[in-house]
Amino acid sequence: MSDGPTAVSDDWTPSARELERAAYRRRRARRSLLVAAASTAGVTTLLAWALVSAPGWPRVRDSFLSWDAARRSLPDVAVGLWLNLRMFAVVAVAMLLLGLAVAVARQLPGPVFWPVRALATAYVDLFRGMPLLVLLYLVGFGVAGLRLQGVPASATVLGGVALTLSYSAYVAEVFRAGIESVHPAQRAAGRALGLTSGQTLRLVVLPQAVRRVVPPLLNDLASLIKDSGLVSVLGIPLDAVRYAQIWSAQLANFTPYVVAGALFMLVTIPLTRLTDALARRRGYLPQGAHL
Amino acid sequence: MTPGPPLLRVAGLRKAYRGGDAVLAGLDLDVAAHEVVVLVGASGSGKSTLLRCIDLLEPVDDGTIELDGREITDPRVDADAVRARLGMVFQSFNLFPHLTVLGNLTLAPRRVHGLPREQARERALAVLDRVGLAARAGAHPDELSGGQQQRVAIARALVNDPVLMLFDEVTSALDPELVGEVLDLVRDLRADGRTMIVATHEIGFARQVADRVCFLDGGRVLEQGPPAQVLGDPVHERTRRFLRRLPT
Amino acid sequence: MSRAVLPRRTRPAAVAAALLAVLAGCAPAGSSSSGTPSASGAAPSSAGAVASGTAPGGECAKGSLKLRRAGTFTVATDNPVYEPWFVDNKPANGKGFESAVAYAVAGKLGFTPAEVTWTTASFSAVIAPGPKAFDVDVNEVSITPERRKGIDFSTGYYDVTQALLTVKGGRLAGAKGIADLKGARLGAQVGTTSYRTITDVIKPSGKPAVFNTNDDAKLALANGQIDGLVLDLPTALYEASGGDSVLKNGALVGQFENTGGTPEQFGIVLDLGSPLTACVSKAVDALRADGTLKRLEQTWLTASAGAPVLR
Repeated sequence: MSDGPTAVSDDWTPSARELERAAYRRRRARRSLLVAAASTAGVTTLLAWALVSAPGWPRVRDSFLSWDAARRSLPDVAVGLWLNLRMFAVVAVAMLLLGLAVAVARQLPGPVFWPVRALATAYVDLFRGMPLLVLLYLVGFGVAGLRLQGVPASATVLGGVALTLSYSAYVAEVFRAGIESVHPAQRAAGRALGLTSGQTLRLVVLPQAVRRVVPPLLNDLASLIKDSGLVSVLGIPLDAVRYAQIWSAQLANFTPYVVAGALFMLVTIPLTRLTDALARRRGYLPQGAHL
Repeated sequence: MTPGPPLLRVAGLRKAYRGGDAVLAGLDLDVAAHEVVVLVGASGSGKSTLLRCIDLLEPVDDGTIELDGREITDPRVDADAVRARLGMVFQSFNLFPHLTVLGNLTLAPRRVHGLPREQARERALAVLDRVGLAARAGAHPDELSGGQQQRVAIARALVNDPVLMLFDEVTSALDPELVGEVLDLVRDLRADGRTMIVATHEIGFARQVADRVCFLDGGRVLEQGPPAQVLGDPVHERTRRFLRRLPT
Repeated sequence: MSRAVLPRRTRPAAVAAALLAVLAGCAPAGSSSSGTPSASGAAPSSAGAVASGTAPGGECAKGSLKLRRAGTFTVATDNPVYEPWFVDNKPANGKGFESAVAYAVAGKLGFTPAEVTWTTASFSAVIAPGPKAFDVDVNEVSITPERRKGIDFSTGYYDVTQALLTVKGGRLAGAKGIADLKGARLGAQVGTTSYRTITDVIKPSGKPAVFNTNDDAKLALANGQIDGLVLDLPTALYEASGGDSVLKNGALVGQFENTGGTPEQFGIVLDLGSPLTACVSKAVDALRADGTLKRLEQTWLTASAGAPVLR
């Protein structure tokens, strides 16, 4: 059985003309690199100089980049960040599961499932439409105020619930897009093998759908790391930004916010790069995809 | 005509897609066990539609389809169970990209037929060997050539030991030099005694492999008979015109 | 055919030149920001040297004051603001202790009430570097040495005591001392020294709850999400009197002693190094000397003599 064309094997050395061409390209590439480096350095220096010569710079520097304020606020802000991460971990799992469930509910076929589809659509409309802060107030203070038996009034729990409700609505739409992007021929192939509708969804469609939406999901996860701190509006728990706010008011200085921002970036950037690498290794991302 | 009751009996099948004219208009077709029926016809003549209706991938507008004496178009019938007994191979292979070749092959035996993992694996490897691709069991579909992918697709349908296999233009998406390996495989399956319905454009292949050739036109089987007759000396003018237009 | 397009090799140079021109144009046009001395970052004492030791009526004459908007004294406060410091969230009505103090200070500087303009500024806007949209800010801001690095304060116009508010019949209703508060969930508004009272004086076993506004805090107290709310005594007394719509059954537990020698004081906030600081301080001192502050306290702030002291 023929399996492709005959492999080519000869000994070839570049001709003089080709060497000339290669040398020219190398020279030109080197020059472009130098120009790029020089102009980048030039523009950066220019911007830095413009920044530092502004008349308000000394005060801005003291207000935003005070070493003393940073040193004093760092421990508390770091403790707050730890809360952000813990809340993020729990809510991330909950929102992925809930979002997937809602997405599946939205695409259940047939007239018998119409109420389920309608409910899922209403869920998405409601929780994507409502501002997260409003939802936090409604759930965190409103539900707590009802004093229902068995419903926890803990701000941490209610805040986490509000976050989950809001984010799962966005995630549901991401998953739905993923599901709809799987070619109907895949479903046909699954059914043709005798798989039930549910098995086809679970074994053929969802695995492909989920892999496709890893990049937009990463987006939502990165956003969640920061928004997880919004639960602080309910009083407890205290997150990084809240501690920054406390210290900022105490010192009449903005550096604690800068510290909080830096800590968030320190966490978010490696996390997304790591997830990228893992996703690429396991074939979740299309070849050559760069994020 | 082969003796015994037909394995598959299609009677008065009617199918129109939403908003369009009827693609199938009262089509009748019998297929006996171990018979290879080749469907030929122009684009849009309903070959694919017929196969999809038989595999219960499309609802029929009217008519009946009986498999082994039981009407499968009855809404009370478990369509999944029927499909588990049929094997369909598509023009665009439709392998599952997130699974390896072996994964593609063991999915239905384990999930539909309930085989334990080891047994499914053995059976899958045996079939892979049969189609000459045992060495690629751990590869992913995107690492294979078109011809290899289609052979895996055939193996995937084969591994469930279907009573009837349906081939929907399985070589139309392949480069010409890869067509041969797929057609060789189908020829082998015929030698094994598989009952098959093959929709194809390859007239030369039809001549070699068919027990009976059916020419579809106007939503029905216009003419059917041994390949030498239908393809060599057709009765109807429309059949003649169709054959004249083909390269082979 | 002549080509109007630049030859390829000179294009990058032309782009760089254009960029430089744009940046040069955006370069800071000298110190156009009014009211802020350019070499800031120095300690407030140097700013005090700008207008020091001169007799009142000289440097502080109404005409020679460097105002944000000429002819009007711009006072900032937050939104919303609460009793007993302001009434009906309308600072301009002159009602409420701080509103009254603001008008009194303006009066000492020579401004009629009609010449006083109110504006809104959050605490972040108050401490931000850069030109301010107001002359002074009045919003129960406690004077602390740490804050002096970023803002100027006038002399204090009110001695503050922190107090603990709870609900009638609540867990803390019968508390007699700080020891009774150890296991309680306490809350305070963000950015206030009340928060520091919890962390430094009371030191409960759990973490304090921190709220954006006192409204949120009162809601949490009413919901039972916190056991007690620490805030300044006058506000606590007002809440306990039942005048509030959110917290209907507030009860005062007691007040806290001032740790350390000097009492905590509210001060009027000005931009760091503001030329008005000395004059405003003089105005406050004058008001204290002639008894106006005391009189305003008696008018607007409930007598706190009866509040038990929590030790």
